[in-house]
Amino acid sequence: MHILVCIKQVPDTKIIKVDPKTNTLDRRGIPAILNPYDAHAVEEAVRLKAQYGGKVSVLTMGPPQAVAAIRKCIQIGADAGYMISDRAFAGADTLATSYALTKAIEKISKQEHVDVILTGKMTIDGDTGQVGPGIARRLDIPALTFVRKVEAVNASGNEIVVERKLPDGYEVIQSAMPCLLAVEKEINEVSYSPMPNMIRAANYEPEIWTVDQLNDVDRSKLGLKGSPTVVGKMFSPPKPEGGKQLEGTPDQQVGQLVELLLKEKKELIISKGGA
Amino acid sequence: MIGEIEDYKGIWVYIEQNDQEIAGVSLELLGAGRRLADKRGVELCGVLLGHEVKSLATTLYEYGADKVYIIDDPILKNYRSETYREGFVKLVNTYKPEIVLYGATSNGKDLASAAATDLETGLTADTTMLDVNDETGLLEASRPAFGGNIMATILCKKQRPQMATVRAKVMKAIEPIKGRTGSIVEEKISMKEEDVRTKVLKVVKEVGKKVKLDEAHIIVAGGKGLKDDKGFALCHQLADVLGATVGASRDAVEAGWIDHHHQIGQTGVTVTPKIYFAIGISGAVQHVAGMQNSEYIIAINIDPNAPIFDVATYGIVGDAFTIVPKLIEQFSKVKQGGELMYG
Ligand SMILES: Cc1cc2nc3c(=O)[nH]c(=O)nc-3n(C[C@H](O)[C@H](O)[C@H](O)COP(=O)(O)OP(=O)(O)OC[C@H]3O[C@@H](n4cnc5c(N)ncnc54)[C@H](O)[C@@H]3O)c2cc1C
Ligand SMILES: Nc1ncnc2c1ncn2[C@@H]1O[C@H](COP(=O)(O)O)[C@@H](O)[C@H]1O
Repeated sequence: MHILVCIKQVPDTKIIKVDPKTNTLDRRGIPAILNPYDAHAVEEAVRLKAQYGGKVSVLTMGPPQAVAAIRKCIQIGADAGYMISDRAFAGADTLATSYALTKAIEKISKQEHVDVILTGKMTIDGDTGQVGPGIARRLDIPALTFVRKVEAVNASGNEIVVERKLPDGYEVIQSAMPCLLAVEKEINEVSYSPMPNMIRAANYEPEIWTVDQLNDVDRSKLGLKGSPTVVGKMFSPPKPEGGKQLEGTPDQQVGQLVELLLKEKKELIISKGGA
Repeated sequence: MIGEIEDYKGIWVYIEQNDQEIAGVSLELLGAGRRLADKRGVELCGVLLGHEVKSLATTLYEYGADKVYIIDDPILKNYRSETYREGFVKLVNTYKPEIVLYGATSNGKDLASAAATDLETGLTADTTMLDVNDETGLLEASRPAFGGNIMATILCKKQRPQMATVRAKVMKAIEPIKGRTGSIVEEKISMKEEDVRTKVLKVVKEVGKKVKLDEAHIIVAGGKGLKDDKGFALCHQLADVLGATVGASRDAVEAGWIDHHHQIGQTGVTVTPKIYFAIGISGAVQHVAGMQNSEYIIAINIDPNAPIFDVATYGIVGDAFTIVPKLIEQFSKVKQGGELMYG
C-alpha cells in the first residue's frame, strides 16, 4: 500500500506576535515547524504501513527551507519526500494550493500508484481544513474528513473503514480506495523517533520539482492568480470595554460578588442544582 | 463560474439537519442571512437536503427564509460528502446565488470545501463577522487568523457564489415569526446508490461522554493559574454548589487536569452561558473567542493586568486559592437559606 501524506511547514502561531499599531505580523525569529496536525497524519501513515505493509511518501508545497519539515517526517518514519517549489505557487489560497498539490500527486502516482492520501485536519496558519477535500475533488476520489480512527483496510487493499468524528459522537464509514483521509489529532500520539530515522533524516534530500517539471499545468490556476480569495484588511480583534473591579479585602470582594449575583441572577443560583 | 457575476442573486443558507432536527447554527445563519438579504434587497433562501425533511420548511420560513430549495431522496438519508455535494452543486449551478453560508460544523465544512472546489470559487473558513457591501454585493467575511492573533477580512471579488463557513453561536437567530410562509422549490438528485463510493455503516451518539457545555446556564472554568489538579478541583467544588458545568482553558486541558471535551475557545467549544466564571485564566484571544458572548463574566485572577478583565462583567483581583473557597462557602450558605456574611 502506497500512502501519501500532504504536509506543510508553518510558523509556530503559538508565539507569533502582532504589532498592535500596524496590525502586521511580526514574523522575526518565529520558528518554522511541521504543522502539528500533519505530524499526526505522518504517524498514522507509518502505523498503517507497519500493519498492512507498503510505503510512506510525503509531499509539500513550499519555499526551499520547507525541506526541514520533510526531514521531520523522515524522522517520524516516512520513506520518501517530494516537494514542489516555485515562485509561481506563491500567494496561493486553498483552491490554488489543492490544484498545485494535485498536479504533483498525479506525477507521483504515475511513478507509483497511490492507494490512500492523508492530510492533517487543518494547518495552524491557514486554519481552514479545505485543502484536503479540495485535492480529493480534483482527483475525484472520496474524502473522509475528521477521521479519528482507521478501523481496518481490507486485505485486497481496495476498501477502508474509518471513524469520523461528529459533534455528538462519531460515524463509522466505509470507502472505496483510493481515497483521502483528513485526520484529527486524537488519532494517535506521535512516537519518539528511533535513532536510525534521525540519522537518515539529517541528510535526506527530497525530490524537488518546479512548475515546469509537472504535467498539464494550467498556470492561471496557480498562486495568487489562481486564488479567488484575497485578504481585504487585517485588524485587531474587537476589544470589549471591561467591567467593574470589585475592591476591598477578599471577604469584601466575595461578599459583593455574591450579593450582585443574587440581585441580578437570583433565579439561576437558587433554582439550579436545587439544594 | 457559469455566466456573469450579475447572474448570481440571493443569499443562501445551507440547512444542516440530523435525523430531521435542524442544527442551531443553521437558524443562526438565517438570522445573519436575513440582515444581508435586506441590505442587498434580495431573497433569503434555505437549502435543505435529506430524506423526509420537507416538513422542516415551515420552521425555516419562521426563522426568516423567503424560499426553501429541497432535495428529498433516500440516498441523502445520512450525510455523505459525495451525495450532498452532488445535489448541492447542482442547485448552485441552476439557481446561481451570490452568497452561500454554511455552519462551520464537521459536515458543513466538509460540504463547503468540496463544493468550493467544484465551483472553483472562494470559501472563507470559520467566519465570525459578516457584512455585505450593499452596492457592489461584495461579502466581507472576517475571521481570526494566525491562531487568533489578528482578524482578517476575506473577499472574493471575481467568482460567484461567495461562500463562507460560520462558527456556531456567533450570529443570532431572529425571533421566529409564527405563521410566516414562503415558497418551495424541489429538485431531484440523479446519483444512484451504486455510484456512491462511501457507505455509512453506523452512527454512534456519545451523549454520555459529551459535556453539555453549550447548554449550560452556569460554567465554572479554570486555567493554568490553579497550579495543579488539586487546585483545579476547586472548580468542581464551586460548580457542584452552583449546579454548574466545568470548563477549562487549553493549558488546563494540556496539563491533564481535565478531559479535552471541556476545553473552551477557538479550538474547543463556544459557549454562551448566563454566568461564566474564569478562574486563573489569563484571557488569551483564543480562549475569549469561545466565551465572550456569555451574559455575565466573572474573572478571578491574581494579575490586575490579565486581559480576561477586559471582557469581565465583574472582576476580582486576588488569589484564587483564597477567593474560591470563600465563594463556595458563601454560595452554600445561600443555597441552604442561611445568613449571608458580609465582609
Ligand atoms: C491556534 C491556537 C488555538 C488555541 N485554542 C485555544 C482554545 O480553544 N482555548 C484556550 O483556552 N486556549 C487556546 N489556545 C491557547 C491560548 O493562547 C492560551 O495559551 C491559553 O488559553 C492559556 O491558558 P490559561 O489562561 O489557563 O493559562 P495562562 O495564560 O498561563 O494564564 C494563567 C493565569 O492564571 C493567573 N494566576 C496565576 N496564579 C493565580 C492564582 N493563585 N489565583 C488566580 N489567578 C492566578 C495568572 O495571572 C494568569 O493570568 C490556543 C492557542 C493557539 C495558538
Ligand atoms: N502547502 C501545502 N503543502 C502540502 N500540504 C498542504 C499544504 N497546505 C495544506 N496542506 C494539507 O492540507 C491540510 C489542510 O490544510 P488547510 O486547508 O490549510 O487547513 C494540511 O493539514 C496539510 O495536510
